[in-house]
Amino acid sequence: MGVFEGLGARLNHIFSKLKNKGALTELEIKQAMREVRIALLEADVNFTVAKNFIAAVTEKAIGEEVLKSLTPTQQVIKIVNEELIKLLGGAHTKLAVADKPPTIILMCGLQGSGKTTMCGKLGAMLKKSGKTPALVACDIYRPAAILQLQKVGDKAGVPVIEQGQIAPLKIVKHALDLASKNGYDTLIVDTAGRLHIEEALMNELKELKAFLKPHEILLVVDSMTGQDAVNVAEKFNELLDITGVILTKLDGDTRGGAALSIKAVTGKSVRFCGTGEKMGDIEPFHPERMASRILGMGDVLTLIERAQEAYTEEEAKALERKLREQTFTLSDYLVQLDKMKNMGSLTQMIGMIPGLASKIGTKDLTVDESRITRTKAIIQSMTEEERTHPEIIKASRKKRIAAGSGTDLQDVNALLKQFEASREMMKRMKSGRRGGFPF
Amino acid sequence: MGFFSKIADGLKRTKEAFSKKIYELFKGRALNDEFYEELEMALIGADVGVETASAAVEELRDRCFRKRLSTAEEAKDVFAEILKEMIDYEIPPYEYPLCILVAGVNGVGKTTAIGKLAHYFTSMGKSVVLAAADTFRAAAAEQLGVWADRSNVRIIKHEEGADPAAVVYDAIASCKAKKTDVLLIDTAGRLHNKKNLMEELKKIDRVVLRDYPEADYRSYIVLDATTGQNALSQVEIFNEAIDIDGIILTKLDGTAKGGVIIAICNEMEVPVLFVGVGEGKEDLLPFDASEFISAIIP
Repeated sequence: MGVFEGLGARLNHIFSKLKNKGALTELEIKQAMREVRIALLEADVNFTVAKNFIAAVTEKAIGEEVLKSLTPTQQVIKIVNEELIKLLGGAHTKLAVADKPPTIILMCGLQGSGKTTMCGKLGAMLKKSGKTPALVACDIYRPAAILQLQKVGDKAGVPVIEQGQIAPLKIVKHALDLASKNGYDTLIVDTAGRLHIEEALMNELKELKAFLKPHEILLVVDSMTGQDAVNVAEKFNELLDITGVILTKLDGDTRGGAALSIKAVTGKSVRFCGTGEKMGDIEPFHPERMASRILGMGDVLTLIERAQEAYTEEEAKALERKLREQTFTLSDYLVQLDKMKNMGSLTQMIGMIPGLASKIGTKDLTVDESRITRTKAIIQSMTEEERTHPEIIKASRKKRIAAGSGTDLQDVNALLKQFEASREMMKRMKSGRRGGFPF
Repeated sequence: MGFFSKIADGLKRTKEAFSKKIYELFKGRALNDEFYEELEMALIGADVGVETASAAVEELRDRCFRKRLSTAEEAKDVFAEILKEMIDYEIPPYEYPLCILVAGVNGVGKTTAIGKLAHYFTSMGKSVVLAAADTFRAAAAEQLGVWADRSNVRIIKHEEGADPAAVVYDAIASCKAKKTDVLLIDTAGRLHNKKNLMEELKKIDRVVLRDYPEADYRSYIVLDATTGQNALSQVEIFNEAIDIDGIILTKLDGTAKGGVIIAICNEMEVPVLFVGVGEGKEDLLPFDASEFISAIIP
């Protein structure tokens, strides 16, 4: 979206005329904060929340010394970012566990926020951690909702308790009986989506709460929600005293300002995020990542973390040495490709790099991952000698490799050419600090 | 037209309702900077977005200056006019056979909207077929099946995980054979930044264009009224993939006033056609720009 020019670029523009490296003046801060406010509003942060936030940050920022290592732009972003994290934050608390099982988790939210899918994801996550959860189908209104939960339960490998479209109170009573009989230690109760202003339905939730005395009441919120997020969260919190929030659909390109609004208004933290369609696509909430996302600054932290997971320090050093000494072969290249895959999809990674996503534009963000698979197949069809000394690959070898990998001669040629080019590039980068991989 | 009363009903329950704020803002105020600033904030608070909100307020300033207006009361009608100009479109009438493709991100209410559209057309005496081309989400076809029963219309569905384009192909063949007036295609919810899923949508689009050229073909995007500025991005990217002809705005019965559609109509030039205001099958109403504006500026 052209509208969402990075905040950094805008601030740079404001400070570009500025040469002094002393303290930030009040006027400069005010101009900068206007940009920050627009960035927050475009991220769907509630306008009252944004206003209060800006007021607090302005006070903090006035008179602040511009650190030697930072430009004024970075300085302002640093202050804003820190305050955002503080506001979003609070230590991540794990899901409560009952002294006497079963632990009961009540899910609630508007229609279409993703409750049913999230029930499955929570179930799968708990199962992985050694618990024996079961899902309880209390959405008796939406057509085929129970069937959907059953299918989700199947995928997650978690049993589903359902009794058709009878009163939810009866269903949960039955579920409690089954829990003690079958030894389920956690019950995740799916409820119907409802508008926060529908009194009858909200009362149904209240009754469920009174009877079940749930250990967690989680409000599921679509991360794309706009200004109304505060009204929704406020109302649900007022009636049910929720214990936390789950943000869904964060794999979209939304900036997710709703997270900030909800935390500011209810004081309840986001606990988990839904990041995809698969049962494993659930992550604990990271305030620092959410902060940079809201500011449109990308998610470098996640990227670094993923890279750290994929590479040990020794591996990184070995790679650097090979690049420096130019002993980097196609076999090493193959290993790198696998590492990259472990870090997640390329599309995801590009989305995390600040500025890049907005530059490329969301629609082009999806990288052709099949090309990597093809590249791997080509290398795998080479002999060890060919991988180390690609220069020996001539016409007949090329033909064999193409046939072996199910690709065309052109593909093999292209890869060899790219590899040669990147070797050349490394040669030029004598210090060899960074490797450019041919794709 | 019942939708105004339903919206008004919703407003009564919400103290902080946007329209109430607007209402008070236009009462006995002088047209000064403070007024314009507050108006802009109120618009942003209704998801109108920074760009469109400031454009609308600037336009109001300009017109009030030229007309030499000095009080907010006088400015109210001018402002309503400005917003209306932003969202009012001439919609070409339907011709039959008609084919409507319904797309959108996950959880906006596509299947429900189709169910209501089926009722809308059957109550006009048209024959309707539903194509369950959401073969991805668990139980989506069953959900659509319930809606098909409610309006007593035919539904074409395949196995879960089947090729959605194949479902559409079969549905078109069925419509041709039985001379059905209206084909409604339900598609899987997809986040617009997922390239593969958008390609799948394009494939469905190609099948309709190729195999059903005699039909009046429209593609609609369903938007959730509670969605914020991301709705702009949704419309933009879906529009690039399949040429969106209009918007169905759902869940307008909450406290959200769907202000983002003003931004979309203004910045993307895609009209709103229907609004969903409840769970019943008749709770889908043709959009009326004047009524919408008078609902937000009482």
